[in-house]
Amino acid sequence: MSEAAIQKNDRPAKIKSKKNKVLIFFIKLIRNPSALIGSLLVLTAIGCALFAPFIAPYNPEKINLIERLAPPSWVDPNSPYLLGGDPIGRDLLSRIIYGARVSLLVGISGVVLSSIFGVILGLIAGFFRGWLDELIMRIADIQLAFPFILFAIVVMSILGSGIWKIIIILGLTYWVGFARIVRGQTMSLKETEYIQAAYVVGSNNFKIIMKHVLPNVFSSILVLSTLYIAEFILLEAALTFLGLGSDPTIPSWGGMLADSRNYLSTAWWTATFPGIAIMLTVMGFNLLGDWLRDELDPNIQI
Amino acid sequence: MLLYVLKRLLHSIYVILAISLIVFIALRLTGDPVAVMFGAGEPTKSAIEHLRASLGLDKPLIMQYLIFLKGIFTLNLGTSFRTGQPVSGMIFSRMGATVVLAFAGVIVALIIAIPVGIISAVKRGTAWDFLGRIFSLLGLSFPNFWLGIMLIMFFAVYLDWLPASGYDGPVSIILPSLTLGLILAGVLARLVRSSMLEVLNKQYITVAKSKGTSEWLVVLRHGFRNALIPVVTFLGIQFGSLLGGTVIIEQVFAWPGVGQLIINAISERDYPVVQGGVIILALLMVFVNLLVDLSYQFIDPRIKVEGRKA
Repeated sequence: MSEAAIQKNDRPAKIKSKKNKVLIFFIKLIRNPSALIGSLLVLTAIGCALFAPFIAPYNPEKINLIERLAPPSWVDPNSPYLLGGDPIGRDLLSRIIYGARVSLLVGISGVVLSSIFGVILGLIAGFFRGWLDELIMRIADIQLAFPFILFAIVVMSILGSGIWKIIIILGLTYWVGFARIVRGQTMSLKETEYIQAAYVVGSNNFKIIMKHVLPNVFSSILVLSTLYIAEFILLEAALTFLGLGSDPTIPSWGGMLADSRNYLSTAWWTATFPGIAIMLTVMGFNLLGDWLRDELDPNIQI
Repeated sequence: MLLYVLKRLLHSIYVILAISLIVFIALRLTGDPVAVMFGAGEPTKSAIEHLRASLGLDKPLIMQYLIFLKGIFTLNLGTSFRTGQPVSGMIFSRMGATVVLAFAGVIVALIIAIPVGIISAVKRGTAWDFLGRIFSLLGLSFPNFWLGIMLIMFFAVYLDWLPASGYDGPVSIILPSLTLGLILAGVLARLVRSSMLEVLNKQYITVAKSKGTSEWLVVLRHGFRNALIPVVTFLGIQFGSLLGGTVIIEQVFAWPGVGQLIINAISERDYPVVQGGVIILALLMVFVNLLVDLSYQFIDPRIKVEGRKA
């Protein structure tokens, strides 16, 4: 990280090297097989979520009782649906494509919210120390001792299902991971010579945090964010499966698996394909996150 | 040492207080618990007043919280809205099933993860390592409840070897514990691998090898024993999410544990059971965390507890 400090004197050089860095980063990404597979899986999921109306062959809400539990069209040529129909005759494939929206919305918004809370609290704790640090870390310890699923069960059973409620609960619980990492790094950064030097030339705390601390903790935040998206997608699916997650009227992977439970012996496709969708998306984020960790921050403790 | 135990106990009490506060606040967020209890019916005013007084809801909030707190420590968690039975009794009659399932899951995970992790580390960079890492990745990426559904479809529906759900004698535990264990084994194998790699680079391993001890003996006796500490730590930290996983898996397999009780109570709007169940599970977790923290020194006497940050 001291590189950045040296290059500061020479602005054009810095910009050029930044561009090169991004380019090198992408070349490395493409050359690493697991990172490449990971990003393709993630891009596919994002593409499904963004362009669902254009990709989906049918309306995901369209009920067609004649085709209820229709097998995949490659099993039964009379079936109109590539991946089969659900218990009330909706197209499974279209619902899976639309379902990407819920999963990614929860995963990404959950990470945005938890990282905002976590980074701010971690910076405060690590930079200013003192009783605020004590308080924040004590709260973090207590939260770590209370598993998310139990917390979510209590809150969601009372508030009722809803995507935004899950996102808020994720934000209120998972900030701890970000806060701990940011706090630790901020504490050690504060002791470095260039931050001491910045004080000497008269920078104030805010400026130092924005210019010197934040850019240096960014890579850890990125790694943790990617891995947390994977975890949040799994949690949302599990909660929705229990009937405590996203709104049951919106197509979601967890909800589709819940619908499939009474048809395991008659319609294997209803339980199989939504699960594959979850697994592949989560695997994509995990592969990408693992690669980012090896690349950016091999010593990170998560 | 005694000081450390006291500190840890104090921490556990903090956690229990915080959890009780969260649950208490959540209960008040429902609005009037009495209105919830009467549901759609239209009770008379005197009936409402009577119930309110009998539940202690006419007292000030602080008093209500203290009574609630006393209930937790005396394990008097109120009565079920639906059955009228005491909640603690309902929970304890199902606790055994949950603990047995969680325990079986950990055993399955250890049986799978330790060999996979060790082989991955010792044969680093080979096809074995590659397979081991794929196994870990799958464990991290599989939704646990979906793995359960797939196992039911294969072993119970297609092959018809094992019961799909419910409790039907000891064979019933095979599929749910396999589900829990396989998911946990993914993360665990990765951890065993990385901590083995770290240990295998240590000098005493080289020394033991140069003495002519056979390679696997070195790996197992000198390597694995020292790689075990992160594994135990991890299991302690993960006990909470293991219980969370158990709650979900119980629902998939209709396993008669606390998790299933809680989830069923939610759909019946039986709040005392939901809250009592969550509190008991949280207490169990705090207790296990405490136990794990205190057990470090027995695994590795070199650990100085005072130096550890809790």
